[in-house]
Amino acid sequence: MTLSAVEAFDRSLPWRLGDQVSLRDEAFGALAYHHGTRRLVFLKSRELVALVRDLDAYRSADEAIAAMIPAGSHYQYVKALSALARSEIISGR
Amino acid sequence: MGAESLRHRFERGLNSPICLTWELTYACNLACTHCLSSSGRRDPRELSTSEAKALIDEIAAMQIFYINIGGGEPMIRRDFFELIEHAVDKKVGVKFSTNGTRIDEAAARHLARIDYLDIQISIDGADALTSDRLRGVGSYDQARRAMDNLRAANFGPFKISVVMTRESVEQLEALEELAAHYGAELRLTRLRPSGRGVDVWQELHPTLDQNRRLYRWLLDRPHVLTGDSFFHLSALGSPLEGLNLCGAGRVVCLIDPVGEVYACPFVIHEEFKAGNVRDDGFASVWTSSELFRSLREPGNPGACASCGSYDACRGGCMAAKFFTGLEMSDPDPECVFGHGETALAAKKVAIRPKSSPDHSRRVPVALSSR
Repeated sequence: MTLSAVEAFDRSLPWRLGDQVSLRDEAFGALAYHHGTRRLVFLKSRELVALVRDLDAYRSADEAIAAMIPAGSHYQYVKALSALARSEIISGR
Repeated sequence: MGAESLRHRFERGLNSPICLTWELTYACNLACTHCLSSSGRRDPRELSTSEAKALIDEIAAMQIFYINIGGGEPMIRRDFFELIEHAVDKKVGVKFSTNGTRIDEAAARHLARIDYLDIQISIDGADALTSDRLRGVGSYDQARRAMDNLRAANFGPFKISVVMTRESVEQLEALEELAAHYGAELRLTRLRPSGRGVDVWQELHPTLDQNRRLYRWLLDRPHVLTGDSFFHLSALGSPLEGLNLCGAGRVVCLIDPVGEVYACPFVIHEEFKAGNVRDDGFASVWTSSELFRSLREPGNPGACASCGSYDACRGGCMAAKFFTGLEMSDPDPECVFGHGETALAAKKVAIRPKSSPDHSRRVPVALSSR
């Protein structure tokens, strides 16, 4: 397990899609599969998929959320990213 | 982003299956009484090595992240290792189900060297007496030997897969201990009246009371795997782990050894055949088959419409209904409220469809003569 997955999700740090993770677009969002843990995770909106794909273009998760998600929904996406960090779908960089 | 809407999306189908089962061969050195695929004899039209590799390439292109390989006994195919290594090279994870008879020390070491590989060894009871009654004399000991060999080869955690019968459901604690003994994961699945199972389901499927106890046991143990097998029991209260829906043709399907595509592993029958990968490839069957399109239409709750739990169990398992002679709009034969039993009793003549095709050996072969 990577160190970043053990630590609590810190949104002030830079994140990216895990390198053992494949994403497959679906109408509802995407399926994410971690080849190491063999876990399948559902990304339940297209906005979340876009956010996860573009995380590595921003200096922090907060910055990515601020740029890509409407203000009223920020908390929801922080929670979603935090869950994805726990399942190692995203990792620190 | 709600879970409910996600389930409805799944019912309308996905770009590619989440879970694709591929029976590599109908050949088997056992003759389990409840075999879902009525396996035994190899079908001479089996996909060749190059056809099988082309199918794996297509699976990779469709971003199907992993496949469940079964049979028959998949390790009987001479190109077994070649095919699973090809899949892993293409970043398609492999989980395969085996009776373990071919996992000697050398095979265990070979398997331990392959990344992204998951193994399910089948036993159908916590002891030889119980398991062998379904799977044949000697089969339990051979499965245990395979587990010993995997452990000795440091394969890591594998899965022990057990079908829940009236007998094995009484051995849950012993099965849990056995899994712990090997550091293995326990996987429990539902006995279905599919394949040869149609002949034994009546006397072997768990009773209503046993199903209720199983539900509570599983609810307390979310780490026990079920492959979404028991979603019909979710009508008892909180949903069990999993998607809790019939995934046939929506999120799962089955490819048989000769390339036929069926809606799920439990309906190897003409009526649920969607096409053949030899015609236009697998993707075209998945996206365009008329059968799959119809399965992705909103379901008809039928007799279950007035039941407050329909949203929890969605009327249960299509295969279980079909092979017990019920209509798709009837309740599951193992409906936790007994509505299935009532529906079955009301059928004046129960017409129970036989699985087609049947590759059973005409004369059962003793295990010792392998």
